[in-house]
Parts: sequence; structure tokens; C-alpha cells
Amino acid sequence: MSEVIFHVRRYQPGKDARPYYQEFRVPLTPGLTVLDGLWHIKETQDPSLAWRFSCRMGICGSCGMLINGRARLACNTQITELGTSRVCIAPLPNFDIIRDLVPDLQPMFRTHKEMKPFIIRGDGLTESSEGEFIQTSEELEHYLQFSYCIKCGCCMAACPTVASDREYAGPMPLAQAHRYNRDSRDMGFAERKQVLGGGRGPWRCHFAGECSRVCPKGVDPARAIQLMKRELFLDVLHLRGKSCAAPCAGKPTDAKRREGIPEAPKPTVG
Amino acid sequence: MPSENHYPNRLGIRGWLFGGNFGFERYLYALHRLTGLGILAYFLLHIVVTSSRALGPEAWRSAMGMVEGPLFKVGEYLVFAAFAFHGLNGIRLILLELGIAVGRPIEPVYPYRTSVHVQRPLAVVVMLLAAAVAVLGGFNLFG
Ligand code: SF4
Ligand code: SF4
Ligand code: FES
Repeated sequence: MSEVIFHVRRYQPGKDARPYYQEFRVPLTPGLTVLDGLWHIKETQDPSLAWRFSCRMGICGSCGMLINGRARLACNTQITELGTSRVCIAPLPNFDIIRDLVPDLQPMFRTHKEMKPFIIRGDGLTESSEGEFIQTSEELEHYLQFSYCIKCGCCMAACPTVASDREYAGPMPLAQAHRYNRDSRDMGFAERKQVLGGGRGPWRCHFAGECSRVCPKGVDPARAIQLMKRELFLDVLHLRGKSCAAPCAGKPTDAKRREGIPEAPKPTVG
Repeated sequence: MPSENHYPNRLGIRGWLFGGNFGFERYLYALHRLTGLGILAYFLLHIVVTSSRALGPEAWRSAMGMVEGPLFKVGEYLVFAAFAFHGLNGIRLILLELGIAVGRPIEPVYPYRTSVHVQRPLAVVVMLLAAAVAVLGGFNLFG
């Protein structure tokens, strides 16, 4: 195999009535990723081709697209791992198309925001904290896996409930709601619960498991969603049993500086 | 219809079967919904047919006459098989929703082992059970 055929779905608003596929040929070089192939097309064949990317290393979550029928990161997908010389690329489904391979992720981010994805505490300590919150490694494990999410939207594109139900929040925002609900520093469960009931919340998920199968970071949103249902269920029975957020450790008062360690430089601002 | 600068791309019902990795659980998901709708349709039909009794014995007899015959017997069997699948798969879903058989959160190390893998044996056992119940029901109805 010396050449790869890229079938790329194109759409330009204002110009095209509907999306169509265009074929490009890209020479296969060692380590060629789908993202590299798109760059080759843009630089040598069609400068108008549009897609979204930033980090090129599976960190920023910008380059999610449908590659040979499966939602993946273009930068994280080598051509050779696809096992074929034909690569079919389309924008992530379940999001509107802005242009070519660029999906409109705004609705997902709005829903994410609705889930209050931040630490909520009743004691106001988040702003005035003088030290660190105490958290054991066991407590960390309850949410650490879910905090690796890069918000790429691949799970939303693969989820059958998102595909047919506009109201459903979707795996990414729900997994993030659970990530904060299970954080021992957080007390926001009661607030998030308002959004999690009804058609928007986790009860619309019937464990098709596709979100976890496609997630490029191993976040396993399906697990987060089932564990969240368990929390909601226990809450109804008043068995959830969490009454206060992790306390602040405060600065140690009796600690002495070890000899030979220089003082920190004076602050240059403020 | 495309809006001024966006083209809608939601998969709709097609997304039940398409848009991912075509995994086993996706088909269970689609079948669960389909059988649910089938059972609901049967339930409504059942109410209509049996309520004909209120209109007198003649109406009842003619309604019963309408739902006799081999085609309805096959239909009845399909409803039974759908019920066996829906009920047993429903038990699997309830177990998962109670956080049983999805596993504890872990550090994601490639190749990822997700909750889908953890619950797979349960899914297989439940499907074997559903198949066994459907076969036994078939013997009972047609045997
Ligand atoms: S859960 Fe996974 S697939 Fe979904 S947005 Fe986060 S990183 Fe992407
Ligand atoms: S497990 Fe739930 S959220 Fe994930 S793809 Fe399936 S229905 Fe969607
Ligand atoms: S370019 Fe950042 S994740 Fe692919």
C-alpha cells in the first residue's frame, strides 16, 4: 500500500445545498495519521478544506471526527491501524455541521455548563481557601478516571440516545456531573440533582455502551452514568450518606524551614 | 433544512444502529426499545379485544374469531419471545443501574478495559437465559 484514498465529506454553508463526498489521494508515509493526511490534502490539493485541531497529540479534544464509521480523534488514529487503504471521513454526527469536518460543539458545552462542572461548597472556602482540602487516595479514585475527559464529543456522536433524543444531556456532560458529585471536596449534589432528573438526566441511558467503547481517553462515561443512577437511587432512599465536604487542611503553623533551602523570591506583582 | 450557517446532522433513529463500533450492547439497546414498543402495541390490542366483552357475547365471539388462526399464534409467540428478552434484559439494566457489574472507576491505561467489558459476561448469560425461555415457550405453544 503506497497510497491512501481519503473520502472526505464536504459542506460549505451558503454554497452547497447538502454535504457530499470528495475523493483525495494521499501518499502513505510511515506513521501517517488521519490528521497528517488532511494536512497533506490542504497543502497540496485543496486549501479550502476545513477541520478543527490544535494539539496534535490527543490532549485538546478538537479533532474528533467520524473515521470509517467510528468516532475517533484524527490525530490519534494512524492509517495503518485502520487496516484499509480507504479512509472515509465525516464530521461527528449528532452535531450540526458548520463547514466540512467542523461540528458545532456549542450545544454540548452549554449542557456541560448546566451540570455545574466545578466544586460547589456551602462554606465559601473555594474562594478564601488558605490551604489544601484533605482528600485521600481512595476518595480520589472515585472520580479520577472521569476527570481525564477532553470534551472531544466522540461519545456524543456514538450514543444512540443522543441520536434520537434532543432533550438527553448525553454521556460527556453526565459523566462530568458524576465526576463532581463524587469529589469529596464537593457539596453540589443537591444543586446538580435539579438538572439530573427527568428526560435530560441519566435515566435515558440504557447502556448501549458505545460512549465507553469510542472514548479515546478511557473515561468510560457509561460507568459514570450507571454509578450516578445508583447515587440518585440511594439519595431517594436517604442512604447516600454524605454530610460535609472535605475540610481544609490549613497552613501548618509549627513547620520549620529546612536549612539550606533559599527563600522564595519576592512577588513581582500585587 | 440547513439553517443559514449550519447543516443538521443528528442521526435520529438511524443512530440506534449506526454511529459507533457496532457492539453487542448497542444491538441489545435497539432490541430492548423495539421489543418494548412491540409489547406496548400488543397490550393496547389486548385491551381493545378483551373490552369487546362489554358489548355482549356476540361481539366477544366475533372479536375472538378475529384473533384466531396460525398467523396470530406466531404473533403471540413473537410477543412471548419479546417479553422474555425485554424482561431479562431489563433485569440486567437494573443491575447495571444499581452500579452492580459495571466495576469500580480505574486509572485508564491503554488498552482500556471499560464497564462494557466488565458487564459482558452478565449480558451473555442473560441472553442465553432469554433464548432458553423463548425455546421452552415455543415447545409449550406449538408442541
Ligand atoms: S468522555 Fe471521552 S469521548 Fe466523551 S468527550 Fe470525554 S474524552 Fe471525549
Ligand atoms: S451507555 Fe448510555 S450514554 Fe453511553 S452510549 Fe449508551 S445510552 Fe448513550
Ligand atoms: S488535535 Fe488535539 S486531540 Fe487531536
